[in-house]
Amino acid sequence: MERIPILKMGRALLITIQVDMHDQMAIALEEDLTTRIAQTGAKGVLIDISSLEIVDSFIGRMLDNIAAVSRVLDAETVVVGMRPAVAITLVELGLTLQGVKTALNVERGFELISRRLAEIETVVVEIGAEDERSGD
Amino acid sequence: MNAPVTDTMPIQSSDDIVRVRQEVRRRAAAAGLGIVDQTKFVTAASEIARNTLDYGGGGIVRLEAVQDGARKGLRLIFEDHGPGIASIDLALTDGYTTGGGLGLGLSGSRRLCNEFAIESKPGEGTRVTIARWK
Ligand SMILES: Nc1ncnc2c1ncn2[C@@H]1O[C@H](COP(=O)(O)OP(=O)(O)O)[C@@H](O)[C@H]1O
Ligand SMILES: [Mg+2]
Repeated sequence: MERIPILKMGRALLITIQVDMHDQMAIALEEDLTTRIAQTGAKGVLIDISSLEIVDSFIGRMLDNIAAVSRVLDAETVVVGMRPAVAITLVELGLTLQGVKTALNVERGFELISRRLAEIETVVVEIGAEDERSGD
Repeated sequence: MNAPVTDTMPIQSSDDIVRVRQEVRRRAAAAGLGIVDQTKFVTAASEIARNTLDYGGGGIVRLEAVQDGARKGLRLIFEDHGPGIASIDLALTDGYTTGGGLGLGLSGSRRLCNEFAIESKPGEGTRVTIARWK
């Protein structure tokens, strides 16, 4: 079966969905992604859907599931490149994609994740500094 | 009103749903629907086709090019001989699902189409008709 490649980009994972996905591919992607997040300790997942001509409730649920699982593994999901016609249709369909962040394109999505990483690191540094102060 | 051009496609697998989506897209574009209307109609077709497969146990879709004067459009009739829908009102409620879905397929498709009709008899099957006009 055809599988969707997952690329590592720094501390994020990038998935580009280029085909009209059928069910088995969607299920395989969820599994592969969970494994890769655990292996790499990735803090962000970018899903590029700019090639998708439609998002129905099946794909919508897949995106929701990916976001939920990623969150449990401490990674943030950003869906990028949604076509305007797809966005309009999703609203009318009633699909809200809760818990999924969106960005215009891969660069913007990567910025969102980098910002989150910077925040995490700031907190780590601050805690480190406090440890030093209290450690004397 | 001209005689409709009808064709039939099977819905027996997930691959069939992909093929139906592609054919609906092609015909919606040929009928002159804009990109947003095409996207809405293909999305609705995908939802109903999936129900035909998952709940109806498979079936068919008939595709009709329709023309009423200058108005062109596309009508799709999905049919299965599955268990049928006990309460259509309930099935049309946002969020109602018996299959662990999002429960938006029927209610959402109704919003995405210009015509929408369900006929169903428990034990006999289900027919869903949707259409979108230019
Ligand atoms: N062709 C069908 N045959 C039997 N039941 C159906 C059919 N289509 C829809 N249903 C019923 O209607 C419910 C709502 O369908 P839908 O709005 O598409 O939501 P979902 O597919 O997420 O369950 C389904 O859960 C199912 O119980
Ligand atoms: Mg459905």
